[in-house]
Amino acid sequence: MMAISIKAPLTRDEARKLRAGDSCLFSGVIYAARDAAHKRLCELVADGKELPFEIKDSVIYFVGPTPAREGEVIGSAGPTTSYRMDAYSPILIGEGQTGMIGKGKRGVEVVEAMKKHGAVYFGAIGGCGALLAKCIKSSEVVAYEDLGAEAVRRLLVEDFPVVVVIDSEGNNLYESGREAYIASLG
Amino acid sequence: MRKINAVLISETVKRLCIEANCHLCEDVKECIANAYNQESWPGAKEILGRIMENYEIADKTQRPICQDTGMACVFLKIGQDVHVLGDITEAVNEGVRRGYRDGYLRKSVVRDPIDRVNTGDNTPAMIYFDIVPGDKIEITVAPKGFGSENMSKIKMLRPSDGLEGVKRFVVEAVEEAGPNPCPPIVVGVGIGGTFDKAAYLSKLALLRPLSEKNSDPFYSRLEDELLEEINSLGIGPQGFGGRTTALKVNIESMPTHIAGLPVAVNINCHVTRHKTEVI
Repeated sequence: MMAISIKAPLTRDEARKLRAGDSCLFSGVIYAARDAAHKRLCELVADGKELPFEIKDSVIYFVGPTPAREGEVIGSAGPTTSYRMDAYSPILIGEGQTGMIGKGKRGVEVVEAMKKHGAVYFGAIGGCGALLAKCIKSSEVVAYEDLGAEAVRRLLVEDFPVVVVIDSEGNNLYESGREAYIASLG
Repeated sequence: MRKINAVLISETVKRLCIEANCHLCEDVKECIANAYNQESWPGAKEILGRIMENYEIADKTQRPICQDTGMACVFLKIGQDVHVLGDITEAVNEGVRRGYRDGYLRKSVVRDPIDRVNTGDNTPAMIYFDIVPGDKIEITVAPKGFGSENMSKIKMLRPSDGLEGVKRFVVEAVEEAGPNPCPPIVVGVGIGGTFDKAAYLSKLALLRPLSEKNSDPFYSRLEDELLEEINSLGIGPQGFGGRTTALKVNIESMPTHIAGLPVAVNINCHVTRHKTEVI
């Protein structure tokens, strides 16, 4: 299948055009954040404080990379399992986030928020951190340096390969992909 | 008594941490390559191809195969005729500390499950001691990622649940995990013992090379049957559909109580890592 080139930040209009099963290549600025950073970001929202990056139209990559060696932009940087962010994602989607990159299932509350606001959940290949790191052209810590691997990073990516797992209408590739394969067996 | 300096344990553990995280075992590579050749679903085959490309890049660039370089699970088989000069536990932790620092591996351990402050050096290691005959020490380092660890399960079945109960529990654990543990997965199953021993057996099962079957023909057949059932679920690589949901099922068993049938399922991702050295 031909991959669709998409830009980050991702506008709501662009996000709404994508469909579960679409292969995409992301280029632009995305933000790395996982468990501990999500907790802090949502505490800021609850306190009415400003977030450390522009959340509107943002794409967040659930990743905690390995340290970079000298001369490298970043270490290995594949996706972490997304359901652990389910308590936080609806809050950030409510603030304007339009894209999430991770792997694995999402809860009903996340999908409802995605449908309501127009956001997309992308999957990157889990366990391919060395391969995916090649698409990351720069990396800079923008908040929570004390969290080490869990700090928030601004990543410049080029043709970063993802698949739309859940689209803004709630269609889900984990369900349709499995059904299509089983149907193909006849 | 043969004397072994604890420093030698640290050096070995350090080396094994780096080796295991950057170079996938040959038996796992072979199993993924076979799955690639046998997978008929195009999307699934493409993902398996990417997975192969990834471990080749890791081999060449000394980058970790996966960013989750795991908790360091260290298995020590200590010969009873060995006298270690120094603190063994501290020696293992020092090896992990240096391996994760010098190998540019991720530090993924928090000092307390509730307050969740990172220890900064990936210690403490999860250490499993075993006393065996002889005058050597066999050290295995198996970094364990938590995407798959979180999908693991244990249940105290009733003896009347029998073989069918065991099979249902294993297949249901895999189906419920779905895409979360990064399929294709390796399924470690522990049957028997006590609550904790069953879990330990399921972890030991993940250390057995994928090219080897259980030496008991009954359990060897059960491994094949479970693999076939799991690969009929249709979950596929990454959960996007396909045949290759699991690469292998490894079962370990031991005697248990007249009232019990403990079963544990320890799931590992396709980055099933372990390296062993004997000193």
